[in-house]
Amino acid sequence: MTIPTSSIDQVIPGQGAMAQPEAAKPGRAAKRRKFRFISNKKAMTGIVILGIYLLFAIIGPWVAPYDPDARGKQFVAPPSADHWFGTTHLGQDVFSQILVGTRAVMLVGLAAGVIATILAVLIGVTAGYLGGGWDDSLSALSNVFLVIPALPLIIIVTAAVPSGGDTLVALIIGLTSWAWGARILRAQTLSLRRRDYVEASRATGESTWRIIIFEILPNLTAIIASGFVGTVIFAVTSEITLAFIGIGSATSWNWGTILFWAQSQQALAQGAWWWFVPAGLAIAFLGTALSLINFGIDEFVSPRLRSAGKTKIKTTSGRTVRMRVGFTPVLDNSAAPHTHASPIPVIGGKPTPVTRSKEATR
Amino acid sequence: MSEPVLEIKNLNVDYGLGDQAVHAVRDVNLTLHRGEVLGLAGESGSGKSTLAYGLTRLLAPPGVVSGGEVIYHPEKGEPYDVLGLTDKQLQAFRWAETAIVFQGAMNSLNPVHKISTQLTDVLAAHEPQMSAHSRNARAREMLKLVGISADRMDAYPHQLSGGMRQRVMIGMALILQPQVVIMDEPTTALDVVMQRQILGQLIELRERLGFSVIFITHDLSLLVEFSNRIAIMYGGRIVEEAQANSLYRDSLHPYSKGLLSSFPALRGPRRELAGIPGSPPDLKAMPTGCSFHPRCPRAFEPCAGNIPVLGNPDTPDGANRTVACWLHPVKQPVG
Amino acid sequence: MKFLIQRILFYLFTAWAAITINFFIPRLIPGDPVKSLLARFQGQMSSDAIDSLYVLFGLDKDASIWSQYVDYWKQLFQGDLGLSFTAFPSPVSEVISDALPWTVALVGITTVISFFLGTSLGVLAGWRRGSWIDGLLPATTFLSSVPYFWLGLLAIYLLAGPDSFFPSSGGYGTDVVPYPDWPFISSALQHSLLPALTILISSVSGWILSMRNMMVTVAAEDYITVAHAKGLSDRRVALSYAARNALLPNISGFALSLGFIVGGTLLVEIVFSYPGLGFLLFRAVGAKDYPLMQGIFLVITISVLVANLIADIAYLMLDPRTRKEG
Repeated sequence: MTIPTSSIDQVIPGQGAMAQPEAAKPGRAAKRRKFRFISNKKAMTGIVILGIYLLFAIIGPWVAPYDPDARGKQFVAPPSADHWFGTTHLGQDVFSQILVGTRAVMLVGLAAGVIATILAVLIGVTAGYLGGGWDDSLSALSNVFLVIPALPLIIIVTAAVPSGGDTLVALIIGLTSWAWGARILRAQTLSLRRRDYVEASRATGESTWRIIIFEILPNLTAIIASGFVGTVIFAVTSEITLAFIGIGSATSWNWGTILFWAQSQQALAQGAWWWFVPAGLAIAFLGTALSLINFGIDEFVSPRLRSAGKTKIKTTSGRTVRMRVGFTPVLDNSAAPHTHASPIPVIGGKPTPVTRSKEATR
Repeated sequence: MSEPVLEIKNLNVDYGLGDQAVHAVRDVNLTLHRGEVLGLAGESGSGKSTLAYGLTRLLAPPGVVSGGEVIYHPEKGEPYDVLGLTDKQLQAFRWAETAIVFQGAMNSLNPVHKISTQLTDVLAAHEPQMSAHSRNARAREMLKLVGISADRMDAYPHQLSGGMRQRVMIGMALILQPQVVIMDEPTTALDVVMQRQILGQLIELRERLGFSVIFITHDLSLLVEFSNRIAIMYGGRIVEEAQANSLYRDSLHPYSKGLLSSFPALRGPRRELAGIPGSPPDLKAMPTGCSFHPRCPRAFEPCAGNIPVLGNPDTPDGANRTVACWLHPVKQPVG
Repeated sequence: MKFLIQRILFYLFTAWAAITINFFIPRLIPGDPVKSLLARFQGQMSSDAIDSLYVLFGLDKDASIWSQYVDYWKQLFQGDLGLSFTAFPSPVSEVISDALPWTVALVGITTVISFFLGTSLGVLAGWRRGSWIDGLLPATTFLSSVPYFWLGLLAIYLLAGPDSFFPSSGGYGTDVVPYPDWPFISSALQHSLLPALTILISSVSGWILSMRNMMVTVAAEDYITVAHAKGLSDRRVALSYAARNALLPNISGFALSLGFIVGGTLLVEIVFSYPGLGFLLFRAVGAKDYPLMQGIFLVITISVLVANLIADIAYLMLDPRTRKEG
């Protein structure tokens, strides 16, 4: 539902005339400092938040203070010590509904993500590696799935099979949302296929599947991971949307179900903000966490995208200049030598080097 | 020797800031004289391109010029320091005084604009009083000068061959009649025949128009053939500088010798071919002393401890050349 | 021209695929609910209408799949999408054509504004790294993670109400008649402000981010360095060289994301009870009005395909490499 936040497809070397392979600029690439995925602050924040969600997906139903279906005596009550997130029109505890709902959300999201990622890898890598007619037909297939609006399709399919439940929802979302990943993987496989080491493996008669599994797939890990995370974001929003408009799982709780009841019972008109705000925030934080993980992967794949870091620097004359493309900052505009080279006194044509301090070699 | 047009004084260029800075160009002193072709050679990573981009302040972040002066002598008027110009002044200086022909012939042209647009937008920026008609006429003239027919004016870069694109770039570099043209590996992407054709044409144009050239390449054989003077860079420093023929016949620095023996002689007696053992230094972890000493066949006791200074050696033609090597005592340091 | 013809063929193929999917979905429904609905309206429908629903939903079990498929196409070409159950006895095509202009106006215009606004901000963010827009990015990430419809709920709660300038539901006020005059148009504009704002806020960050990343990537290209070396003004380098090239992948991204975006924006209509296709779809789902659902899906798909084609034409005009040589 949101625009896929990954921009990996746009930085794939060799895709379009714009992107030049990094290898073409060895000088610049070598000057970049290496950095690790884990040390990326964005990715780490995302992983920690995601971990909290996963924890609640597991323990949610046990730690929930109430049965989410149990009716209470306080109807549409604002948050209190008894009901942290208030109650619904039937006196149900919203906090418990959120906790219990986490499991369904995460399960459907991850399951759909897994299904879509497997399909994306199968279709994308096959198309990219085999080329020819395979490529043409598989690319056309993924483009068709990309262009057809996914959510309306998911809605009509789910509505057609009303008794499906969570499994069916996950299956339908997974089967309809693989195309973006497949497209990106195809492009990357295509460029990997032309690399020397892959050509070499082919020349030595390695079997196609061996090359794909041992030479191609390891190099696609980051992109597959990013595609998976992106699909999970899409799956979670789709699932919640389905529940919100009242199709899909009618029996189990998820955050969309809460919003469905809030909307249909006029929570807005009654000013019952606690009814719909927590569910929305839960979705938003989960989505943000997943997006952050994806930014981390993006920056890992393409270090150029990292925030510029220090963009303002002080020159020796005390002025502050900004680092920007096209105007390299000049820190010190004097002709005094920086490093201490050592002149050799000429005595009888033979060099007599003088021992110098360590500073000379900084 | 004729008067200088560009004097680089103790230029230092870093990537990054503070402790993490990588010193890519260190204390480079170099003078380009009016009308000459100055060759700049070295392996990749020696800092030769960084030097070229640094002196016109074109390095992308995190590149910074950490010190030095680049004194430019205009045809008329007082010399001034390019590094001290404001952004506006620098924009006016660029291309009008110093033009650059870049490494990637393929990617130097904007793929979405016509050749004519890319030729005339220079004129529009630098000579705003010029009419659109005369801008077009000028662009046509430049294309003719580099041997491209005027009907290619409306072509897009992808419709031209690599050689043609590089010709367009040369024509573009000369369109404002700059005094200095910096050529950064201008022919690397082209085949050998095309290389010589384009370089030959350029030398001829230089004689006609009288600009000076800084010619940067890793291919020393090209420099020996096409330049007047050659400077050799290693590990961000200039290690030797001399007239092209004296460097070719009688190089002093072991690194220059190594470079020269890595290609076959074009004329004259046969020499033994030998590469240089080892690989170029990692700028992040430079060897102490002379940065070439780990690879140098003639390294001796002082080399590891101290950095040799660039200066005139004590040889018969010592006044006309410089070298930075402990093997060759320096009479007079440069800079 | 070859590029355009290829694209048109592809969209025709996609349209065929969508229609075929649409043909098969109702045939997979277990225990056909359409039949029970038919029974409810027994006697009120003409035999023609019943026939048409039989063809659309494959109720005629005697006919082979192939002949059902052929009949289905014949019927589509006549613009017959069956009768709507919720708006009985109006035909689906009529119900949809009432709702379509609202969606095109709201979703179409807002999406285009969002694209241009986001792209412009992305150009600034990518060109001037570390400016205030970079600081804005975390906030926009958060906003783009919020489902569109929830943001709509929040907007209604915070901004709309009986005394507020923003109406909380509907496409126009109850005091005006849908007629193209000023009172109606101003009322419609007033009603569309909040939904439009909701769509804008949740979709703009995606464009900012992708354009920023493209600008950063393009800024390292050689022709940007050349443009600086030529002494062109920073503005010209940023717009005519960097942004002009960075825009191309963003436009193809725009075309491809349309399907995603339209899905999300339809939900906003539901929250605001906006009389467009999304709200109609919501009502159709609630009432199990299968003919209407199927029809809406087809119309949305075709609209997205047309929008894609327009984006392709824009791309064609902007990128000389896709034009034929010579």
